[in-house]
Amino acid sequence: MNDHRREPRPGLDRRELLKSSAGAAALTAATLPWLGRRAFAQADFDWRQFEGEHIEVLHTKNPRADLLQQHEPEFMELTGIDVGSEQVPEQQQRQKQVIEFTSGATSFDVTDVSWHVQKRLFGKGKWLEDLRPYLDDPKLTPADYDFDDFSQAGITYATQADGRIDTLPAFIDYWIVYWNKELFDAKNLPYPSNYDELIEAARTLHDPANGVYGWVSRGLKNANTPVWTSLLLGWDMDSVNEQGELQTTTEEAIRAAEIYTELNAKYAPPGVAGFNWYECQSNFMQGNVAMWFDGIGFAPPLEDPTKSRVVGKVGYGVMPPGPRAQHAGMFGTGLGVSAFSEKKGPAYFYALWATDKENQARLLANGAGSPARESAYQNEEVLANLTVPRDWVDALIASGKIGRPGLPVIIPVTEFRDIFGVALTNMIGGADPKTELEKATEQFRPILEKSERA
Amino acid sequence: MATTTSAAPAAFAAAGRSHAYARRGRYLLFSLPALLAIFAVIVFPWAFTVYMSTQEWGIVGDTAFVGAANYLHLLSDARFLESIWHTFYFTFLAVVLPLILGIAAALVFHREFPARGLLRAVFIMPMMATPVAIALVWTMMFHPQLGVLNYLLSLVGIPPQLWVFSAHTVIPSLVLVEVWHWTPLVMLIVLGGLASLPTEPYESAVIDGASQWQMFRHITLPLVLPFIMVALVIRTIDALKTFDTIFVITQGGPGTASETINIYLYLQAFSFYNMGHASAVVVVFFAIIVALSLLLLWVRQRTLWTLKT
Repeated sequence: MNDHRREPRPGLDRRELLKSSAGAAALTAATLPWLGRRAFAQADFDWRQFEGEHIEVLHTKNPRADLLQQHEPEFMELTGIDVGSEQVPEQQQRQKQVIEFTSGATSFDVTDVSWHVQKRLFGKGKWLEDLRPYLDDPKLTPADYDFDDFSQAGITYATQADGRIDTLPAFIDYWIVYWNKELFDAKNLPYPSNYDELIEAARTLHDPANGVYGWVSRGLKNANTPVWTSLLLGWDMDSVNEQGELQTTTEEAIRAAEIYTELNAKYAPPGVAGFNWYECQSNFMQGNVAMWFDGIGFAPPLEDPTKSRVVGKVGYGVMPPGPRAQHAGMFGTGLGVSAFSEKKGPAYFYALWATDKENQARLLANGAGSPARESAYQNEEVLANLTVPRDWVDALIASGKIGRPGLPVIIPVTEFRDIFGVALTNMIGGADPKTELEKATEQFRPILEKSERA
Repeated sequence: MATTTSAAPAAFAAAGRSHAYARRGRYLLFSLPALLAIFAVIVFPWAFTVYMSTQEWGIVGDTAFVGAANYLHLLSDARFLESIWHTFYFTFLAVVLPLILGIAAALVFHREFPARGLLRAVFIMPMMATPVAIALVWTMMFHPQLGVLNYLLSLVGIPPQLWVFSAHTVIPSLVLVEVWHWTPLVMLIVLGGLASLPTEPYESAVIDGASQWQMFRHITLPLVLPFIMVALVIRTIDALKTFDTIFVITQGGPGTASETINIYLYLQAFSFYNMGHASAVVVVFFAIIVALSLLLLWVRQRTLWTLKT
């Protein structure tokens, strides 16, 4: 049996588990078979037990799905299972999933699940198959699938509050600070080592008269909420605690909102209140922004000489420590099997294949994202052939050690992001952070309470 | 005998009536597929939406009858009330400006001049483009630091603007996209009207010594008014329903500054999955559209009567 149910050690809470997560073992030297030699295609495991079946896969549209689709013929050859897979843009994919799950019949057998948005909703609805019996069954899971190779952060994210594992970890996104080394060097500034230095660096480098801005992060409502919640982690605090209570009017939450407001209202380019990641990225790529705080997946465009003016000048900074703790906001995706699928076995095989060591290493090798498996970061061949700078991988590994969910695991995550997002946008426009947070909390509390009663 | 003679026509009449009924019954049979289709795609969805609007209908958990609670909640929902204002503000500008510019363009293209056909084809090109594609291009053009619009302004010494990135200018900026996109439609409708006008009134007017302005004011405008009314009705309904352009460019932001009823409705239904609440918004929005359409049709009718008298 695979020991996939890592029970927290006595005296070790979830936070500590997360701290010791992802990259902890990533630094240990180990060499895995390089891509193309599927590790678990051993002779005693029957990969073809579902030969002739057909499954449908619903992916979120992104480079990771491109990569999987590109290699699906390998899966079909290995298993004899025919795959029909489609990619749907994120918002529409999420709607499609919810509508089909609530109808009690899904057109897909396997699907991507955004943990930071859908985990609680899908868990409460029990819309995904509990994969523990599958993982425990040696006829369904080859021994060298190696569930323990997944980072603790990934396993924690994939596990529901009641202990069910209804997704297999696929991808974890950490938030980092992209910084322009050229601008920092010009002022002899080091990369900030705490929040105060971060603000000071933004202030020092901000020179709008010469078209240089000290900072940029998302200001558009909804998209901007993870910026604030990630800052809040520096106080060792989540926006909703483990008892399900909102902590959004605490001193720490207000201080995090004040920092968000100061950075964006004072040191960001004009119009930041309407910026999503695209506008932030396009400004940073022009070389006129000193720091940009966002998800870790933007290295490929920043290092693309046909699109970017900051090629070779980008520093990939781990989130500096806050007043009480150092955490990188963490967001992620797993692959789950629909509880309504009539092809659960073949669907589970696809999820296994998509999250195996080889496909996870491919993610890293192509700069398509940050894998949830630790072995991917130990693969020297992958690391030697990266299409993105090694600094990026170092930031990724370091962030893995301090990763912590950036959004609360609640059902109405989207409403949370929307309501607090509006408050944050108002703050950039001059509203008082404390008043805005109180107003948003008052508005959101009944929604949260109702969602848990349902 | 008399009985016989008076009974015969009555019997014939009765037979005729029953024949007519039978014929009508057969006709009804023919219209049955259409009736079924209307029931399936219009009546049932509507009745079901109204039913849902009286329920607390979420995605997880049971539904519960809440009567008019969803409607009452709308009355006290500042964000919904604000979205009504945004909708009317956007609609007013997105109807009036294309109407004025479309009429002006139609008058220009009604005249004979070299390359008129080519220029007319170029003018209507925006209308052929997909709204989402247009919105994506405009999003890039609006970028406050890198967008081409601010670059063009800088060439004439005007300071950069924030366009859709400011709560103060977001709606007029979105209207700019609508004007660019839909002015050609108004132009085409009015141009069609102008082409159908008789030439005699103009000949008489020229003989009577009327000026160009007098001919426009007293002949062209009244005669083309029914066509303008058609354009007005179509534009109003279109502008009220605008979703794709706003959603792609601003998603209702910054904050809620460009959140129209449609965007609010979308968020409630497909982001927050509050189906009962969203259904109440649909019913209210439908009532607003019907009321406005009836008003415009009534005005159009009044215009026709004025012309007849």
